[in-house]
Amino acid sequence: MRIRVTLILVAVVFLCAFLFLPLAIVFIEAFRKGLFVFMSAFSDPDALAAIRLTLLVAAIAVPFNAIFGVAAAWTIAKFNFRGKNFLLTLIDLPFSISPVISGLVYVLLFGAQGWFGHWLKAHNVEIIFAVPGIVLATIFVTFPFVAREIIPLMQAQGTSEEEAALTLGASGWHTFLHVTLPNIKWALLYGVLLCNARAMGEFGAVSVVSGHIRGKTDTVPLHIEVLYNDYNFTAAFAVATLLASLGLVTLLLKSILEWKFADNLAATHHR
Amino acid sequence: MSVSVTVRNLEKTFNQFSALRGISLEVNSGELVALLGPSGSGKTTLLRCIAGLEYQNNGSVFFGDINADQLSLRERRIGFVFQQYALFKHMNVADNIAFGLRAKRRAIRPTESAIRLRVEELLNLIQLSGLELRYPSQLSGGQRQRVALARALAIEPRVLLLDEPFGALDAKVRKDLRRWLRELHARTGHTTLFVTHDQDEAFELADRVAILNNGLIEQIGTPSQILGYPKTKFIADFVDGINLKPLKAENIRNNVIELRATSSPQG
Repeated sequence: MRIRVTLILVAVVFLCAFLFLPLAIVFIEAFRKGLFVFMSAFSDPDALAAIRLTLLVAAIAVPFNAIFGVAAAWTIAKFNFRGKNFLLTLIDLPFSISPVISGLVYVLLFGAQGWFGHWLKAHNVEIIFAVPGIVLATIFVTFPFVAREIIPLMQAQGTSEEEAALTLGASGWHTFLHVTLPNIKWALLYGVLLCNARAMGEFGAVSVVSGHIRGKTDTVPLHIEVLYNDYNFTAAFAVATLLASLGLVTLLLKSILEWKFADNLAATHHR
Repeated sequence: MSVSVTVRNLEKTFNQFSALRGISLEVNSGELVALLGPSGSGKTTLLRCIAGLEYQNNGSVFFGDINADQLSLRERRIGFVFQQYALFKHMNVADNIAFGLRAKRRAIRPTESAIRLRVEELLNLIQLSGLELRYPSQLSGGQRQRVALARALAIEPRVLLLDEPFGALDAKVRKDLRRWLRELHARTGHTTLFVTHDQDEAFELADRVAILNNGLIEQIGTPSQILGYPKTKFIADFVDGINLKPLKAENIRNNVIELRATSSPQG
């Protein structure tokens, strides 16, 4: 009995100190100088530009990764081929590589001194220190989220429903839309949610390729850093509440999904 | 509607393993044939090759005069019933049965009212009228199996292929379903092949039984032919109810051998 109470107490203190307190401080600091100062952080055109850019990047990266995640999961779960394990490892690569390195790779490829730098410059294509680079880096970093969520579920479900649909005369596309997709929709939504949270919050990789041009290539996390470095703490925390709220909403939706559709997510291993 | 099925010298290898080693088989139109054999004998592989779910390495399959190799899986129009039913979990019974009709190309797709009529008809046939709005998870194993059968029948298949249709059911339900399937077959007359490892099932249901072992057909014949005249030692061992008696040759004279049973029967 005493051990249990002690353990629970330790866990609660730990959670408060390392998770709840920092989150609370974000909100406390943001509102320290009142609602007016809080709101004024969002009337800054640079802040608005950062929010727009973050939304744009997520709007491209998340659907991209949803489509390719489903495609990759389909390939891995429904077919047998040589090099399947290698492909699985490759999908996990962004998890194991430091985001800063991921960003650097793109600089080495598409930067002015990079492999394709001259060609890109000659054709007037800007990737590094511009929006395309930020999108690319975000896609790379968030690639595994959807695929990783669906693969175990698809593997557990097997292929017999698809085979049944095909023998009944359905086309491949009809089978995908009416059989495969409904079977994975909650896991897909779950993956998309996590992918989106990471896409909007990604700092390291984006920081390397963005070039920090205020009002142009600063995303929300980068903008927060800029504000903080300018000793503009209240504004930094005010903008940070956006990301913190996104995290909380994601967590809430995730819990609802897990609670309501536990069966449909059952085969998914939770990180 | 139903056609004959001809299998010619079918061979199938998985990696190094020969699952089918030259199988030939004729199933007459409207006939009910059982593929019986121990696990790993190739019976399910044979069924899946006929359905088009696997591709053979050699040999061919004919539906009537049509070479099935020239038909895509869609065009084969096979009624395949899977061992674990493979019902669409997220669709109710009616939508499951209607799936094959709704999946047709628009040009040949029946109208929605015609589909509904056909579903009703099939629900009557499988004696599950009134359960059309249930989901597969709300049905018993026997009911699921019947829905799977109705779903396969909906597309008016050339041939009905059943993979261990009663394998996942308990003994009582198996017996009932067996009788029911026999009656259904008598009424609809589909050329039917079914896989089983249960010899009672095979002998009770089928017009003819093909016994497979090691990727080959050891014998094919009516139940009484097999029970009365088992062709090989394997069949005599595999099938219960066949007694092999060791015999001793006596009085070999003028090309006549007299055989006499020795004292201890075996097998």
